[in-house]
Amino acid sequence: MARTKIYVPRETTAISVGADDVALEIARVAKKSGAEIELIRNGSWGASWLEPLVEVEVGDARIAYGNVTTDDVPGLFESGLITGGEHARRLGPIKDIPYLAKQDRWTFWRCGLTNPLSLQDFEQHRGFQALQKALQEGPESVLKAVESSGLRGRGGAGFPTGIKWRTVANTEADQKYIACNADEGDSGTFSDRMLMEGDPLGLIEGMAIAGFAVGASKGYIYLRSEYPLTHSILSRAIDTARGAGWLGNNIGDSDFSFDIELHIGAGSYVCGEETAMLESLEGKRGIVRSKPPLPAHEGLFGKPTVVNNVVTLASVSNIVNLGAERYAGMGVNRSKGTLAFQLAGNIKRGGLVEKAFGITLRELIEDWGGGTASGRPVKAVQVGGPLGAYIPADQLDVPMDYEAFVGIGAMIGHGGIVVFDDTANMAKQARFAMEFCAIESCGKCTPCRIGSTRGVEVIDKMIAGKNREENYDLLVELCDTMEGASLCAMGGMTPYPVRSVLNYFAEDFASSKEKAL
Amino acid sequence: MARIDEKTTSEIVAAHGAKPELLVQILANIVNRFGWIPEETVRQLASELNLSRADVHGVVEYYHDFRTTEPGKHIVKICQAEACQSMGSERLTAYAEKALAMSLHDTANDITLEPVYCLGNCACSPAIMIDGKTFGRVDEQRFNQLIDAMRGDD
Ligand SMILES: Cc1cc2nc3c(=O)[nH]c(=O)nc-3n(C[C@H](O)[C@H](O)[C@H](O)COP(=O)(O)O)c2cc1C
Ligand code: SF4
Ligand code: FES
Ligand code: FES
Repeated sequence: MARTKIYVPRETTAISVGADDVALEIARVAKKSGAEIELIRNGSWGASWLEPLVEVEVGDARIAYGNVTTDDVPGLFESGLITGGEHARRLGPIKDIPYLAKQDRWTFWRCGLTNPLSLQDFEQHRGFQALQKALQEGPESVLKAVESSGLRGRGGAGFPTGIKWRTVANTEADQKYIACNADEGDSGTFSDRMLMEGDPLGLIEGMAIAGFAVGASKGYIYLRSEYPLTHSILSRAIDTARGAGWLGNNIGDSDFSFDIELHIGAGSYVCGEETAMLESLEGKRGIVRSKPPLPAHEGLFGKPTVVNNVVTLASVSNIVNLGAERYAGMGVNRSKGTLAFQLAGNIKRGGLVEKAFGITLRELIEDWGGGTASGRPVKAVQVGGPLGAYIPADQLDVPMDYEAFVGIGAMIGHGGIVVFDDTANMAKQARFAMEFCAIESCGKCTPCRIGSTRGVEVIDKMIAGKNREENYDLLVELCDTMEGASLCAMGGMTPYPVRSVLNYFAEDFASSKEKAL
Repeated sequence: MARIDEKTTSEIVAAHGAKPELLVQILANIVNRFGWIPEETVRQLASELNLSRADVHGVVEYYHDFRTTEPGKHIVKICQAEACQSMGSERLTAYAEKALAMSLHDTANDITLEPVYCLGNCACSPAIMIDGKTFGRVDEQRFNQLIDAMRGDD
């Protein structure tokens, strides 16, 4: 009889709540009880609130068990885990769990399903088919597909990917580069990480397709240092792809050659800004460059460079496989396709939800997220990382659409959604926005470097109740200056969360004593 | 963590082809292995990579990861970013400081306690990292267990 397949994710969040220990315990108990099992370390499905999530293959179904602890394991075996037996932890077939079943999995469709380090598994799930198709049909066909898909950059700025690729393709040079931005510094975001841990070969394929489309023979991945597990999975996947001839010279017997170098960051948030990242990739301080020139014209080492986020690159394979029309058929207005939303912070069912644009923030927080973890009312939601506005609870019906967010003075960014309950003090959050900018500023512009430090001081005075009105005006002025005179969005958008607090939560600047009056 | 030595530093430089454009990668490697970048190492890197000492210094100073003082045997990082804030990271940090009798940024009793801004574990906040391993849903009790386990490994 074939061995029963048991899946336990090898993914940072799952492991952070005990998945490695659970895997070891399953192996131990299986051996002791003579059960013939094959333990597979898959990626995470993204239902982080259910981690550690264990699955057992029974027939053609995978039966899930949620929030499994090491203490549960012997009992699970006694309840017939191997045959998907009843148990308090049993959730039923994984594909029937509503949190997952109702998603539009386009970019993350292999995450959770496959063994991320198995080339065979990857190839059985459309792996490298898009690259082969691209090699047959030629670069122009890929460029057209990406353009007509409406895909926009998922790193934050939402710039049309097709235009970027076309620009690099049209720029003559002896060398061009693909630089994958895997710096993922925004609080509340982890989609890049989940993709790289759960489907690293999918990213590699996307990068190779990008290289082929624009005529680049070399790619770099700039991975933040806070992700050591991701680093080990990704470097193994790169070796695997190289070993199988999917990276290197003459890929798929074509005359296209492409290889990838994995670089690691060093704890700087601003190095996620594309030009600071290029500086860092060149071995220098991560100081933001003035534009022009655009990286597409003069990027890494002065050569034309496509800088794209992990999720952007990984979305391309299925655009080539399944067609640009299908991608463009999802979403609303100028926000086409899907985004991997990340439910984070004070939320009952945190995790990754890939959905077509147009879903509302409320649907994500209530229907998927189940409201706050504390059970208290939502007070504010920060979308788009530390440079994103705090959205008050009465504006949650805003649809996830880049332009609709701009319309309310907010941004979708990389799709991180951080929920705060009514115990949060928003004056403190405004202070943190300024403090974070002061810590992370690359130092090139005065408004960002000095303004943020001044901002902290002014907010401290307001919280202490000193000349509150005067300081309020001063803070607004500071925000204006930072917004108007900063080179990049670090200084330019730190005012967004600050202003949103001034607009919607001004009462939080009053001390608790004053509030009691 | 091992003590840094000249020979290993040279080996790391050689493994990176002694390319000055790999300075950030070389430094990251050194910090990974030894925990910090002493002044002698700056000097050695400058000479082996054909860079000025000011160049190397500039890069070392710029990045948060590149410590210039020797850390403790264990490095404990507590996430201070927004998602973890919403789940009480401030309280957890205060508790940790009290339990370990030290402040953020300090090194004492074999431990270096540092802030970190997001570990990408925000669906299971608050998060901490101990010696390169990330832990989620950390309350005070779990913090104590994790610290005990860390010490038990010594
Ligand atoms: C301060 C700052 C930090 C950023 N951090 C990231 C990041 O961590 N990851 C990312 O993909 N983009 C980040 N960006 C956006 C990049 O500058 C750039 O727009 C993006 O990598 C382009 O790729 P895309 O078009 O695929 O989104 C950041 C921007 C700024 C201003
Ligand atoms: S706004 Fe801030 S981070 Fe951006 S370039 Fe200016 S100083 Fe650097
Ligand atoms: S390392 Fe980013 S500014 Fe300090
Ligand atoms: S904010 Fe703490 S792990 Fe992301």
